[in-house]
Amino acid sequence: NMAGLELLSDQGYRLDGRKPSELRKVQARMGVFAQGDGSAYIEQGNTKALAVVYGPHEVRGSRGKALHDRAVINCQFSMATFSTAERKRRPHGDRKSSEVSQHLKQTFEAAILTQLYPRSQIDIYVKILQSDGGNYSASVNAATLAVIDAGIPLRDYVCACSAGFVEDTPLADLCHAEEAGGGTVLSLALLPQGGQIALLQMDARLHQDHLDTLMEAAMTACRSLSTVLDRVVREHLQEVTTLTAE
Amino acid sequence: MLKSKTFVKKTRSGGVRKIVREHYLRDDIWCGSEVCQSCPQDSTVLQRNAYMESSLCSSPHYLIPDTNVVLHQIDILEDPLIRNVIILQTVLQEVRHRSAPVYKRIKDAIHNAEKHFYTFTNEHHRETYVEQEQGESAAELHDRTIRVAAQWYTEHLKKAQTAEDLKVILLTHDGKCKEKAEEIGLVSYNCEEYIKSLIANPELVDRLALKSEENNESDRGKILFPEHLPLSKIQAGIKSGRLLQGTFRANRDNYLEASVFVHRDGEEDVEVLIQGLRSLNRAVHQDVVAVELLPKSEWAAPSSVVLEDEGPKEDENEDEKENILKSVASEKMLKPTGRVVGIIKRNWRPYCGMLSKSHIKEATKHLFTPADRRIPRIRIETRQASALEGQRIIVAIDGWPKNSRYPNGHFVRNLGSAGDKGTETEVLLLEHDVPHQAFSQAVLGFLPKMPWSITEEDMKNREDLRHLHVCSVDPPGCTDIDDALHCKDLENGNLEVGVHIADVSHFIRPGNALDQESASRGTTVYLCERRIDMVPELLSSNLCSLRSNVERLAFSCIWEVNHNAEIVKTRFTKSVINSKASLTYAEAQMRIDDASMNDEITKSLRGLNRLAKILKKKRIENGALTLSSPEVRFHIDSETHDPIDMQTKELKDTNSMVEEFMLLANISVAQKIYEEFPEFALLRKHPAPPPSNYDILVKAAKSKSFELRTDSAKALADSLDAARAQGFPYFNTLLRILATRCMMQAVYFCSGMDSDFHHYGLASPIYTHFTSPIRRYADIIVHRLLAAAIGADSTYPDLMDKHKQAALSNNLNYRHKMAQYAQRASVAFHTQLFFKSRGILNEEGFILFVKKNAIVILIPKYGLEGRVFFENKDKNNPRLTFIEEIPALTVEHHTFHLFDKVKVTISLDSSNIQHQKIRMSLVEPVIPGVSVSPQSAQDCEPEAKKTKLDC
Ligand SMILES: [Zn+2]
Repeated sequence: NMAGLELLSDQGYRLDGRKPSELRKVQARMGVFAQGDGSAYIEQGNTKALAVVYGPHEVRGSRGKALHDRAVINCQFSMATFSTAERKRRPHGDRKSSEVSQHLKQTFEAAILTQLYPRSQIDIYVKILQSDGGNYSASVNAATLAVIDAGIPLRDYVCACSAGFVEDTPLADLCHAEEAGGGTVLSLALLPQGGQIALLQMDARLHQDHLDTLMEAAMTACRSLSTVLDRVVREHLQEVTTLTAE
Repeated sequence: MLKSKTFVKKTRSGGVRKIVREHYLRDDIWCGSEVCQSCPQDSTVLQRNAYMESSLCSSPHYLIPDTNVVLHQIDILEDPLIRNVIILQTVLQEVRHRSAPVYKRIKDAIHNAEKHFYTFTNEHHRETYVEQEQGESAAELHDRTIRVAAQWYTEHLKKAQTAEDLKVILLTHDGKCKEKAEEIGLVSYNCEEYIKSLIANPELVDRLALKSEENNESDRGKILFPEHLPLSKIQAGIKSGRLLQGTFRANRDNYLEASVFVHRDGEEDVEVLIQGLRSLNRAVHQDVVAVELLPKSEWAAPSSVVLEDEGPKEDENEDEKENILKSVASEKMLKPTGRVVGIIKRNWRPYCGMLSKSHIKEATKHLFTPADRRIPRIRIETRQASALEGQRIIVAIDGWPKNSRYPNGHFVRNLGSAGDKGTETEVLLLEHDVPHQAFSQAVLGFLPKMPWSITEEDMKNREDLRHLHVCSVDPPGCTDIDDALHCKDLENGNLEVGVHIADVSHFIRPGNALDQESASRGTTVYLCERRIDMVPELLSSNLCSLRSNVERLAFSCIWEVNHNAEIVKTRFTKSVINSKASLTYAEAQMRIDDASMNDEITKSLRGLNRLAKILKKKRIENGALTLSSPEVRFHIDSETHDPIDMQTKELKDTNSMVEEFMLLANISVAQKIYEEFPEFALLRKHPAPPPSNYDILVKAAKSKSFELRTDSAKALADSLDAARAQGFPYFNTLLRILATRCMMQAVYFCSGMDSDFHHYGLASPIYTHFTSPIRRYADIIVHRLLAAAIGADSTYPDLMDKHKQAALSNNLNYRHKMAQYAQRASVAFHTQLFFKSRGILNEEGFILFVKKNAIVILIPKYGLEGRVFFENKDKNNPRLTFIEEIPALTVEHHTFHLFDKVKVTISLDSSNIQHQKIRMSLVEPVIPGVSVSPQSAQDCEPEAKKTKLDC
């Protein structure tokens, strides 16, 4: 079929039936993993991510890495071999993965109150179990929950979401088919209360005039996500409190 | 609510890949009907009073067509009578998948507010989503999905409406589907019975596509053609190399012969000859077919016989005719020969032509003869045959059963009386695939709202050049002014020259309906008395047109040059200008020549004119070619619109002044966009012709003892200049006309897909089109690239995709070629009208080509070219001797050479109303039995028949 996919119908529906600004369904759980100091699992549509946090603990390996005024954040992002539809390449340790690791590190350095833990280290491991677009965003959202689960203080929930254009309409929270559709994909991590941007990343050139519209769409999506994450955290706390009370 | 949908998709390497896609179901998709009181919808599309007088259904009703009805009966659905139709998402998606042209047409209908077509997103509606059942095929699921949606509508409207008895009718072609629909209580008809039930509108019946092939096969006649192989077998055959895939090209002169052009990656292209009806096996010109090669012992030679399919005598033994093809041929002449075994893709389009009314008085089946001789006759059913006689009509093919001598089709539209100017123009537009429909509402929706003015927002990234003394110079009556110029002295003694081009890309944004339509049209088409715009008139003749004394947005290319016309500096900027004068070439020339005028505009023109002359001289020194072709203009009578005089175009200095700066701007822009986007620049190249192309030109020059050198453009230009014969002033022009014919076509291409950029004719290493964005789409792309290069606008994915750009270039090249053909056809038609009104004329002409059995004559006075044939299949032919090397043709005792002066009579032959032509007969030299006398031309009709011209 030469026609390709129609990403947005004239009636305003996307491939999967969402309207342009609607998010995919989010489901999340905290404390899913016995090891580690904190953990969380998130599903954003068909993208599924698991995050585990260790720390804060003493800096491992060379002591030279330690910082005297704040904690070192170590992030490792990986994709499960079974996570993508095409199973040809080894998803481990490739360039793309280390790039996402780097982005996660930057994001959480901006969000975690690192100065509370000088000369120590916090490890964040994120694995994508199933991938359907927005890997970085799902990783950030899972890691936020895991960091909270580990009891590490954050400036604010850090929420991430992607956005892209179909002609002049911005779409929020892109699935894989939409990411592959050819337009520029923007990923944004936001600290919603203060409105600070922890990370902004694009995979292709975009003119300045379009940037504001796209950022606005991603930021709105991040804000909606933060309400969802907030609810997950509250529910989890309630559960834990009930458990301890018994 | 959420569903996961799993797809299995074949990957390119042949493997299978599972795709899990999310599928959300919603509660907020409304029915779109005016009568509904339960859906909280803001606006409605389907009317309360959806009344159609039908003998099957007496109450108002909405129609739900299934996919096949949309695909095959789009002519019906487009009819203004058909309104209030529900197009299901399921149907729309499948149509999109199966046929791009039909998809575009149905979308246009949906966008047309008067049609009241409503798109229902049924697959995301919680109550109409259907899941595949175990063992259910994709086709069954598809049909069931449609029925479920129809059922939902039926019940929803029953609940929702107040008093009216509004019905929903499912239209399907499929008997089984109809049965199942009736089982669940739906009202369902097949399209034919429904259309026939519309008592008040019997004419709609003619537009029905005939039933599918299978339905027709059983009822009559012996099998005439071999079965077509199914696609799976074809694919296997091609993979194994047993079958070849190619494009079927019917022979214009012989209906029993065709060739299939096979392109194979990495191997040489082959042309496979196909002869005889059974081997042609129902393939139609331009279809993609699978062919099987015959053993070498059965290979044949292309016949030189002219065979016209003469019509409805079905019982006639075609084999006899086919025997004519099998002439004895030398081994050397034999070509790979094959037969068509299957159709990979039909490329049928609606065809123009005329009805050959059946001789049986009450008959409703008639044969239709297409104007394009490569298309077979088509059998159609109509009750208005008498009314359609003598009319040009459009017919679409529906199918070609194996027991039918001709394909079956249906009447689409009446264009009007044959020979009528409006009708013939319509025909030539359709036959050259020139999109010329009025712009759809969807397209017009992207036009700026009037009254339009320049806003502060528009001024971002834009220079204010309103103070400059800019003017435009164009042919008289030009309303789409693409370009304007200025020239002024700088303090450092140099000059500033600016070329300002309409900023069309400001108005046409990438990817929207307006952009897509312009990209598809590719170019504005200029016919003798009509212009078919590439962009809507509001842009072409108003907002983008750089008229005088209004503020217009422009894209400016500004140079600093010294007095030797050497460029010191080049810059590009988006701008706003206010042209001070729109001049014609003649007006501009007058100002330059009138020493008493010394205003800013005139001074500017003089500066430009002086620089242009230097530029032109330099260009010609570099080897640019100046060739001429007789361009014919008609003076059209303002009352009757008939051509009253023909004139070959006269060029003024100011013509070439404007041209020089346009060339300079195009080259400067080409350099800039290539520098910035080496992979994605849209450029234009003109390949050097292969040396053998020049043979005829060299021979022609030799006939007057001149030596032409063709090893480079420069050498050619110089030796052409030197070839001036004493006492024969037209000789040099003739040589240049001939040289034009030796040239290759210039084409657009994407820099990332090609390595040879050279423009031979302009002797420039790089070139593009920047200066006419109102009438050429290539220029719009170039504007976007240049704007991105200077940071004035953004890029978008398709612009940075070399494959997409290559595909776009192909379409633009195709459209330009077809536009050129359409233009020629228009000139030919007006030439015919002119000669029709003049009767027979005697004129002087020159021999442009000498052929085996004919001479080609150019009449300089009219720029008219025609053939005098010396052979006739059913007459005694004169003695002919052809010597190719010279070339020379001896007819009886007279020998014709290139460029010989002859006298001919010119008249119009309208014996075949679909193929009227200008006929030329030889008057001088006098050859007994061959030539005619000028006075008696009218009387000796049979004699003249052998000397006719195809215009
Ligand atoms: Zn309703």
